[in-house]
Amino acid sequence: MPPSQEFVDTSPKVSDEIKYTTCYMCACRCGIKVHLRDGQLRYIEGNPDHPVNKGVLCAKGSAGIMQHLSPARLSAPLKRVGPRGSGEFVEISWEEALQLATERLSAIRATDPRKLAFFTGRDQSQSLTSYWAAQFGTPNHAAHGGFCSVNMAAAGLYTIGGSFWEFGEPDWEHTRYFMMFGVAEDHDSNPIKMGLGRLKTRENTKYVSVNPVRTGYSAIADEWIGIRPGTDGLFVLALVHELLRTHKIDLDFLLRYTNAAWLVRDEPGHAEDGLFLRDVQGHPLAWDRNSETAQSALSPVPSLSRSPALSGEYELSDGRRGRPAFDLLARRYLAEEYAPNAVAERTGITADTMRRIAAELAHAAFEQQIELDIAWTDWTGRKHNKMIGRPVAMHAMRGISAHSNGFHTCRAIHLLQMLLGSIDCPGGFRYKAPFPRPCPPGPKPSGKPADVKPNRPMPGPPLGFVSGPEDLLIEDDGTPCRIDKGFSWEFPLAAHGLMHMVIHNAWAADPYPIDTLFLYMANMAWNSSMNSAGTIRMLTDKDPATGEYKIPNIIYSDAYASEMVSYADLVLPDTTYLERWDCISLLDRPISSAHGPGDSIRQPVLQPDRDVRPFQEVLIDLGARLGLPAFVKDNGSPRYPGGYTDYMVNHQRLPGIGPLAGWRGVDGDQQGRGEPNPRQLEKYIANGCFWKHDLPANQLYFKHANRDYLNYAHSQGWIPSAQPIIMQLYSEPMQRFRLAAQGHGKLLPPEHLKSRIAEYFDPLPIWYQPLEESATDDQDFPLHAITQRPAAMYHSWGSQNAWLRQIHGFNCLYLHRDLAAELGLVDEDWAFIESHHGQIKAQIRTMTGCQKNTVWTWNAIGKRRGAWNLDPAAAEGEKGFLLNHLISELLPQKNGGRGDRMSNSDPVTGQAAWFDLRVKIRKAEAGEEQSEPQFEPLKAVAGLRSRPGILRFGEKFLPRNSWRRKDKA
Amino acid sequence: MTSLPKTTQKKLGLVTDLDICVGCHACAVSCKEWNAGGHSSPLTDLNPYEKDPMGVWFNRVHVYETDDGENTRTVNFPRSCLHCEEPACVTVCPTGASYKREEDGIVLINADTCIGCKLCSWACPYGAREYDSDDGVMKKCTLCIDRIYNENLLESERQPACVTACPVGARHFGDLGDPDSDISKLSVSRGGYDLMPESGMKPVNQYLPPRPRKNLPGSTGVKQQVQNPAQQENKASSANGFFAWLDKTLSSGTAG
Repeated sequence: MPPSQEFVDTSPKVSDEIKYTTCYMCACRCGIKVHLRDGQLRYIEGNPDHPVNKGVLCAKGSAGIMQHLSPARLSAPLKRVGPRGSGEFVEISWEEALQLATERLSAIRATDPRKLAFFTGRDQSQSLTSYWAAQFGTPNHAAHGGFCSVNMAAAGLYTIGGSFWEFGEPDWEHTRYFMMFGVAEDHDSNPIKMGLGRLKTRENTKYVSVNPVRTGYSAIADEWIGIRPGTDGLFVLALVHELLRTHKIDLDFLLRYTNAAWLVRDEPGHAEDGLFLRDVQGHPLAWDRNSETAQSALSPVPSLSRSPALSGEYELSDGRRGRPAFDLLARRYLAEEYAPNAVAERTGITADTMRRIAAELAHAAFEQQIELDIAWTDWTGRKHNKMIGRPVAMHAMRGISAHSNGFHTCRAIHLLQMLLGSIDCPGGFRYKAPFPRPCPPGPKPSGKPADVKPNRPMPGPPLGFVSGPEDLLIEDDGTPCRIDKGFSWEFPLAAHGLMHMVIHNAWAADPYPIDTLFLYMANMAWNSSMNSAGTIRMLTDKDPATGEYKIPNIIYSDAYASEMVSYADLVLPDTTYLERWDCISLLDRPISSAHGPGDSIRQPVLQPDRDVRPFQEVLIDLGARLGLPAFVKDNGSPRYPGGYTDYMVNHQRLPGIGPLAGWRGVDGDQQGRGEPNPRQLEKYIANGCFWKHDLPANQLYFKHANRDYLNYAHSQGWIPSAQPIIMQLYSEPMQRFRLAAQGHGKLLPPEHLKSRIAEYFDPLPIWYQPLEESATDDQDFPLHAITQRPAAMYHSWGSQNAWLRQIHGFNCLYLHRDLAAELGLVDEDWAFIESHHGQIKAQIRTMTGCQKNTVWTWNAIGKRRGAWNLDPAAAEGEKGFLLNHLISELLPQKNGGRGDRMSNSDPVTGQAAWFDLRVKIRKAEAGEEQSEPQFEPLKAVAGLRSRPGILRFGEKFLPRNSWRRKDKA
Repeated sequence: MTSLPKTTQKKLGLVTDLDICVGCHACAVSCKEWNAGGHSSPLTDLNPYEKDPMGVWFNRVHVYETDDGENTRTVNFPRSCLHCEEPACVTVCPTGASYKREEDGIVLINADTCIGCKLCSWACPYGAREYDSDDGVMKKCTLCIDRIYNENLLESERQPACVTACPVGARHFGDLGDPDSDISKLSVSRGGYDLMPESGMKPVNQYLPPRPRKNLPGSTGVKQQVQNPAQQENKASSANGFFAWLDKTLSSGTAG
């Protein structure tokens, strides 16, 4: 039979309108082209001109249509009328909702502004939210960084003036050796995928993945190192040991760009022991081998740069004694305890492998040196006719950050990079604007007792960077000022706060009770909290004396019916990302690349068909209603009557510097600095909703010491002066805290924290056993349990997405087949997984690409039944599960130890230690095939649309007369 | 049963690089998104928010572990219609609905004459056919026939959606019948292979195998292997040796 003839329309109309905006299906901020037909979404694709994704788009981005059409979208403001968690709400008007919020918040502000705790999740407007909090006058503000990245952000900023995550990037074009630590599939995701594709297709480049699990990016690595969780620091310091032992280090780099030569006072017992020796101007000193005198280490005199001592002990003319920082460093890491042979068993990596990797790193760095014919001038004025690179690049994310030793491990990685001379050089790790910034960083956090007054803004932002005990936010008696205890003796470098402790502390009234918990886009009643079941109890717990909730008032804003919505008293419904303005700002988390600064906007592609408002718009409105000085004019009228767009264009944080850097000045001809431009947003839209500036070639590398770059960065307001950024191998702020713990200075830690601070505030990187691990018995809980990030799902958002949930509809617990065999488990068995804190039940799958003492699952796939407007029988709730139920927000109480258990967090920064979890597993004999724990299904909140039983998206774009159109009726 | 063209003027198809596919599903979802509103619209999803959601997908990504003893490996494997030269899914079709285009070799289904008998999906050894029970017809990858010739798109956009979206650059589109095309040259240079050649259907699409891993001593060019210092004789104190080297190097002025 011949084929039946068919007319194929090979040139159908695609769209009648294309609008550019910025994706928000994860934190990657890709540029997208949205095709509309008849005013409806037809297709979303990557914007080929966009600096982040250059036309590609990931699974999440392509599924944006289904996020926009999700039946879990909230549709009107809600007021709770039943008990918390009952899901009983009534729809109210925005006016009523805003009045309710204003009345409550006004009363707080007039009495004790601390009683508002305002915390935000994965939003991209933190410069606005933190500004609002400071204007309100509460120190109790942070975004979600405390449970995400803070130990790595802090380690980077205190060490190299920049950091991993999406704030830096490997030199994908030139690197010859790329090492990735841990799961990294969820940030900068398209740039990393593009980069991996690029370097993997070069013959001369090697990619090493260090991760207990071999999926995703690790699957394509040339070498997969299945490390034991939490031991990356030991592995890295063993590499440091090897490089020192084999004399493969970049002394030029260390002398020019780091504090290797700075003299550290060496007088144990002295109040300044371990601090830098300084001259009368306060400049750190180095020992000049030629003149045999101490001289300012910041001197630009070229002769000194050749002759500082890096080892030995020296006595100054005034009798002070000290050693170069590098001397201390080399002595420490040359010790046998850091040798590969000594750490092999603990890391699960053979000593031979570690020695080989070190040799390969050294070979790539020093024998495959890259020379680019680009002349540049360093900060001393010395001209260089080439840019010389050490083509070794590194990247790290949660595999490091989610451990309580992550701050030090991240510092260890930066130390390794510095020894190899591979920071911001061709082929190395590169900064993205506005980084690098001075190191140690500023500004300091506000929120000391004197900073918080009724009806007054705080003098500065609630988050910042401390450089010693005097910067802590503590009361006279040493108790924390913040509800999350950030910047207290418990977590001194808590640069992003501790969002994961807010509900616990507010419930416990420790250090004090609050009135209102105001959350945005943070699913704290489920996957964003440790101890989810306990968190739900705290959210619903009442004071028996008064019958009131222990957390009296909860205001929550979200676009979707997440688990958290059911626990709010007032719900402010947000829009989808295609219905809003946003600005991805240089004041916040911009879209810069190593090639230059950039920022971007979202514009509404569609108008909401529900009674919802963008959260930023609401926040600005609330700011005006509350009379926050920055949000009202002198006459009390709103300062930004045009809402968020008015703020984006007209707000100036400093003269000439606002949320958007492009097309500033009344004529739109200025970049970075300039008067507000009333037509700025039009310019962004005409340019595909982004702005970027390409740095000239002579500013592309060595930004920390590049005179022309530093001048440019200073002109843009990114750095306070054009002075070089000197990397801190040895961290003096750490030593200041340690001295306090040793009894020096006016401010001393409370007795019970002294040994903790003395131990963990080492000015050089250390490794210690993760805290939960050290507080549990290996025999009782012999296994590590961690999560990985699926590339096709972002946190909890994707389960409401009809397409993405077909990819990851439920999760299993994965383990090595040899371990499974020991435990008598086979594929699809159900098992109980138990930690010191709780027990869950899950289905297992075996594999070989997994470290043998580690079990893992995908992050945030498990849902509470009924949430996200999914059928309560959906697999996400019936079979899906969270490890969160096994993780306590508090450390185990070891051997009947102290009653006031510390937070399960990095002791330096307060970063949540999700991956420190230790478990044991046993087979669940025949029973119901359902994950545990299970909770009462959540009731659908008011205003949710009914779920279609069949989804025929796209049929409306078929010809009108097609028999396949069932939407005609 | 339906006849095939004797030859086709082109052999349009895809080359997928299994060395760099990270299994991110970008291809699968961009395909779903484009085609849901395209030639074979809709790509119906049953129970989209209930238990057991089940939709039509032209491209599905599988993750396997290969297992040859100690050397196991994770392979991400995107699977779609291979637009075979001798496709049994066409020859088995009782109505002529399933056909291979003479002009470019694309295998398509005429939805107007498909009776939904599913013989083709039984005949396809690659599992590439997707039955849309709501429409009662079979559907499959069209190689984005409504993109690749589409005059409403820019020249640079006339690629299958999966190729445009793929973040790692693992997917390539072109004429595999032309030995001088970029895609043919890529396939030959990288040892592109037929999936399951034993099917006898001569798939047009090719897969590029993973490259040899650089995970053995010497694979990055390091000539001398590092000895275990514990086994070396005359093991000098490493700290003393290091500081002597440091002094010498700084004094000689080679650093700085």
